[in-house]
Amino acid sequence: MSLIYPREGQKAHPLNTSPDYGSTLKRAPSQPLILLPHTLSETTGPVFGHVAVSDIDSDLTRRHAGEPLGERIIVTGRVLDEDGRPVPHALIEIWQANSAGRYVHVRDQHPAPLDPNFTGAGRAVTDAEGRYRFVTIKPGAYPWRNHHNAWRPAHIHFSLFGPSFLSRVITQMYFPGDPLFRFDPIFQSITDERARNRLISRFDIDTTEPEWALAYQFDIVLRGREATPTEEPHEH
Amino acid sequence: MNTEKPDGLTPSQTIGPFFAYALTPRAYGGPELASEQVAGEGVAGERIRIEGTVFDGDGVIVGDAMIETWQADAEGRFNAVGNAGFTGFGRAETTAEGAFFIETIRPGALPGPNGSTQAPHLTVSVFARGLLIRLATRIYFDDEPGNAQDPVLALVPAERRSTLIARRGTDGVFRFDIRLQGEGETVFFDV
Repeated sequence: MSLIYPREGQKAHPLNTSPDYGSTLKRAPSQPLILLPHTLSETTGPVFGHVAVSDIDSDLTRRHAGEPLGERIIVTGRVLDEDGRPVPHALIEIWQANSAGRYVHVRDQHPAPLDPNFTGAGRAVTDAEGRYRFVTIKPGAYPWRNHHNAWRPAHIHFSLFGPSFLSRVITQMYFPGDPLFRFDPIFQSITDERARNRLISRFDIDTTEPEWALAYQFDIVLRGREATPTEEPHEH
Repeated sequence: MNTEKPDGLTPSQTIGPFFAYALTPRAYGGPELASEQVAGEGVAGERIRIEGTVFDGDGVIVGDAMIETWQADAEGRFNAVGNAGFTGFGRAETTAEGAFFIETIRPGALPGPNGSTQAPHLTVSVFARGLLIRLATRIYFDDEPGNAQDPVLALVPAERRSTLIARRGTDGVFRFDIRLQGEGETVFFDV
């Protein structure tokens, strides 16, 4: 499949210069970005079809001797391109805090308990229709030091490789109705409300499993459109 | 199948400070998708090592960044069939000292826009806490005569071009520091 990569959709992304998020102040480039033509280096990307991903990789509740504490959830969705076509064989890596809002990472100092039965990292590869499915625990909110009384809304980090370097994205999935959205400078760094709301998963009663787990749906749209003759640039 | 046009792209968010146990999990005993070793034994090409440090706008080291590299093989091909052991993809977490390295083969020259030839280079993504969307840059090599005709370097103001060029030391290692902001700021691209 040959893809083209329009630039107009890029305005959905936050700018690195988002001063309410304090860590941007010394890390965001001050010089303007230089427009790069899309060459073979950008329109290609690593292929992970060889990566063996098992059911255990996508079930974060079955990695240890016991079951993790917290609210078991199912997260499903589809990975699509800008035309709404499924992106098959897309690798998804996720990571998250545990139900108490604590990460396994050695530098997380939040005084909330670690869960010996929960690490919080997973992988999946989309099927032929672009679908993926994770089983995990609903992550807790946690405090950070960006400003007084700063708390991150509960979220799951998503890292995706689509078909090329240009479709590579890392993002965060949020949960519907979180009262922390309006106070969170990372979520609010996306200035377009419609774009921002695309990061909020949808409660999914149809995928919810009786007597077992609530389900949330999170579709992900990556850069790229199928190239068609009418969309090909012509050189005269 | 439903191919209703989506509302728009899924926006980027920061990788945050706590990605290592998932994305670069060697220290946690987790399985690595990719590492600093891009080319396995038997892959054709000149073996090279690239080392660098990531700095912020105050010149303070960035000890929680992830660097990803993507490149052609020695023949200038991507995802070449039959080139087993070479994915072209590298991934490194900066150390507490802000340092990273990549061990790979020197990529070949490859076609560029409008019949031009691109000098050998790696395509780079920088992810870190404080970056809401990855930064894209390139690593070129200071001993490649093709740099003078490279169509992408030509787009960069001459006085900033050196930030994209790794310099080979007497030890044979290529040095490529990344300065996110301020004096000597690395050139980043709008892709």
